[in-house]
Amino acid sequence: MSPLYGLVLAGGLSSRMGQDKAALTYHGEPQLRNAFDAVSPMVEQCFVSVREAQKDEPLRAGFPQIVDAVDVDGPAAGLLSAHQAYPDAAWLVLACDLPLLDRVTLETLIGVRDDQHVAVAYRSEHDGLPEPLCAIWEPAALEALARQVEEGRKCPRKLLINSDTLLLSPRTTGALDNINTPEERESVSRRLGGQMIRLDVEYFAQMRELAGQKVETVETTFGTVGPLYEQLKEKYGFPFEASRLRVALNGDFAPWTQPLKNGDHVVFIPPVTGG
Amino acid sequence: MTRFLMADAPVDLNGLRDGLHLAEAGGFCTFEGWVRNSNEGRPVDGLEYEAYAPLAVKEGERIIEEALARFDISHAVAMHRMGTLRVGDVAVWIGVSAPHRDAAFRACRYIIDEIKHRVPVWKKEHYLDGDAEWVACHHCQTAPRASDNAHDHGHHHHDHGSCGHQH
Repeated sequence: MSPLYGLVLAGGLSSRMGQDKAALTYHGEPQLRNAFDAVSPMVEQCFVSVREAQKDEPLRAGFPQIVDAVDVDGPAAGLLSAHQAYPDAAWLVLACDLPLLDRVTLETLIGVRDDQHVAVAYRSEHDGLPEPLCAIWEPAALEALARQVEEGRKCPRKLLINSDTLLLSPRTTGALDNINTPEERESVSRRLGGQMIRLDVEYFAQMRELAGQKVETVETTFGTVGPLYEQLKEKYGFPFEASRLRVALNGDFAPWTQPLKNGDHVVFIPPVTGG
Repeated sequence: MTRFLMADAPVDLNGLRDGLHLAEAGGFCTFEGWVRNSNEGRPVDGLEYEAYAPLAVKEGERIIEEALARFDISHAVAMHRMGTLRVGDVAVWIGVSAPHRDAAFRACRYIIDEIKHRVPVWKKEHYLDGDAEWVACHHCQTAPRASDNAHDHGHHHHDHGSCGHQH
């Protein structure tokens, strides 16, 4: 197998966050440092992927860098530039906005790597598709990505979907939740700090009968409703998979990924049967 | 004015109809859903509808709004019952008036289909043998909706009712 190198992606624009995601502090360190320190002991060499304009920025300047040499929007630029610099290497690619990432998630990727697949990736907890930015890319996958980009399709995820990718189920709930907005950051910081929030969960119909109550106050450190639902499903024996439910927060439908805050009103909506 | 009602008691349907009787309208369509006396071979005694009423009204108003935007209609009103209903009772009522009949028919169909897929209401059937069960969702994978064939399908962004995550 090809030697395994590490690539921490720090070239994003952080436009939704409004400040540099690589410099945000979690666990007492800038997230770029956390990500680099997580990957580097597991690979032969480790680099930070940056854009030309970022290479002298003080935080990034402290790491071995691969500066974008391929002109394409998005993360494909970093991947293809790394491949150009070390064409024989396989790359453990990691986004720098995954503060909940844990060691077992990375170790599992490396442990299952084989000669049969051009990439190893996790299935997204949100849509079941491969997560391209916490994944191992073999040289063949990067060559294929280069061809795909030449055809005008720059999405690394699409390449993994269309390739012989070894797809894994997530090892740790939430480990690959990326943090793009100040609200998501607040929620994850709370979770890392073990800080509880109180939620009112209201139940209807079959779920109300199984829970044996109409409204329940729940204390949790979860940042989103997904893991909360799994906990309540286990507790009350709800017969619905989360994928069949919608969620309402504070009186209107909301995405499952919406960060929770103290005092939120939560309703899990099983398949409706009106009319 | 409220165009979508969640009602916990029978509603004066003639009153709803009168509100739709506009001078510009040349046609009027209604759909009434009734409680029937059997379901999948089991004799039914009555039904119970439970709703997340504030969100049901919000989503129902959105559906009416969509119908007004999509079809050349004058006005539309819908009512869904909550609580205990007996065989023969009106469970859901939709009325649409329009200058011409085609839009009224299509809008009526659109509204009932969307209600069945999106409005947070749940039905519990009471059977003659004394048993009672929450009805499982049958439409999730199977039933086509009027909107699935509508020419402007692509503008309509939501998944198939309540049966999937939205992102």
